[in-house]
Amino acid sequence: MKPSAFEYVRPGNLDEALQALSRYGERGRILAGGQSLVPMMNMRLVAPEILIDVNRVTGLDRVRVEGADLVIGAMARHAALRESPEVARHCPLMTEAYGHVAHGPIRNRGTLGGNVSHADPASEMPAVLLACDATLTCRSVAGERSVAARDFFLGPLQTALRTGEMLTEIRLPVAPPSRGYAFEEHSARHGDFAVVAVAVTLDVAGGRVSRAAVAMAGFGDHAMRVPSVEAAVVGTACDARAIAAAAAAGRDAARPVPSYHADEAYKRDLVETLCARALERALTRCR
Amino acid sequence: MSTVNVTLMVNGHRYSRDVPARMLLSDFLRDELALKGTHVGCEHGVCGTCNVLLDGRAVRSCLMFAVQADGAEIRTVEGLAANGKLHPLQDAFWQKHGLQCGFCTPGMLISATELLERCPEPSEEQIREAVSANLCRCTGYFNIVEAVRHAAAELKGGSR
Repeated sequence: MKPSAFEYVRPGNLDEALQALSRYGERGRILAGGQSLVPMMNMRLVAPEILIDVNRVTGLDRVRVEGADLVIGAMARHAALRESPEVARHCPLMTEAYGHVAHGPIRNRGTLGGNVSHADPASEMPAVLLACDATLTCRSVAGERSVAARDFFLGPLQTALRTGEMLTEIRLPVAPPSRGYAFEEHSARHGDFAVVAVAVTLDVAGGRVSRAAVAMAGFGDHAMRVPSVEAAVVGTACDARAIAAAAAAGRDAARPVPSYHADEAYKRDLVETLCARALERALTRCR
Repeated sequence: MSTVNVTLMVNGHRYSRDVPARMLLSDFLRDELALKGTHVGCEHGVCGTCNVLLDGRAVRSCLMFAVQADGAEIRTVEGLAANGKLHPLQDAFWQKHGLQCGFCTPGMLISATELLERCPEPSEEQIREAVSANLCRCTGYFNIVEAVRHAAAELKGGSR
């Protein structure tokens, strides 16, 4: 299983990368970590004419707080983000979710930007970005635009990125220390893609849930928020009954896509169970 | 066919070759440099038999193109032994029967080397997490975990 031949371009900076993207259009593909693209090339599922290797483009892997946002460069490696004290402090949901993402060697090369641009429906990080109301910065030679995570993940391996655009940054509002969070996943083996995964963040005020974000991966054909579950806990004390009702609402959130590991009925059971567990655990972390 | 130059260090030696861009790093090591210790199992990143250390970090060499390793320092399983002596991990795998067919072993050694270099006193859970990056069909992992634990103790005890 060897990839077909391609022309190899290695821009030295972002401008050169954007120009290459513009020049080659549909014929060019960005090579970032390669942990999703190269397997597909090796299996000949894709055969790009031109690979634009952006690993020499500096400045795209920084993690920093800017104002009210945690800003993560698209080329930041999963391994670095998993160990990052800034991420642990300002987006602990991401740190927890990283315990479920692949294995060491994959995390050493794979990038957050590449992962979310690839948008595998069972990938964990898109659900994290959705639950954290992230904004994604998409750049081209024509300029820059920001896309909310809610509008970014459109279908299986489909995002709002246009031809000629690449993701450069992910911005997440800094989580207040009082915010509860939890990530729950079922997978065949530790590190596998999720069969179903649920990401939750919760804010509580005066004993009632004031804000809830619930997102899931692996259930439908793309990562998505679950407004029915959110609505079922907001305004409640998030007691056992509210959690049970909210989790049950998750069953009908979308049409589950049956997979090798789980048929539709099992996926519905999984999302209900994982929503309940995630809501419970997130609540214990609320301050 | 057009080629691209790659110049890199492998196990302390410098190499410079002109290769097709599509040549995988795993094939480069095995076929260009005749370093057959790095194995090829799945070529889509799940089995770990192709693991090598790139600038100190374990990576899937089947998911990199050789040309991407330009300027890098690579260590393969052939680079673990020094001065004719087995690396403590290699010795531990031998002593604790951490291999049977041996196909997964180079990849395991690479994962374990990265672990012990970054985390000299790993817990059992950390050892299991590290070796979970590699598929072993023979051993059931028990003796692999034992071998890594033994090597960590030996290295800590300064017996090498």
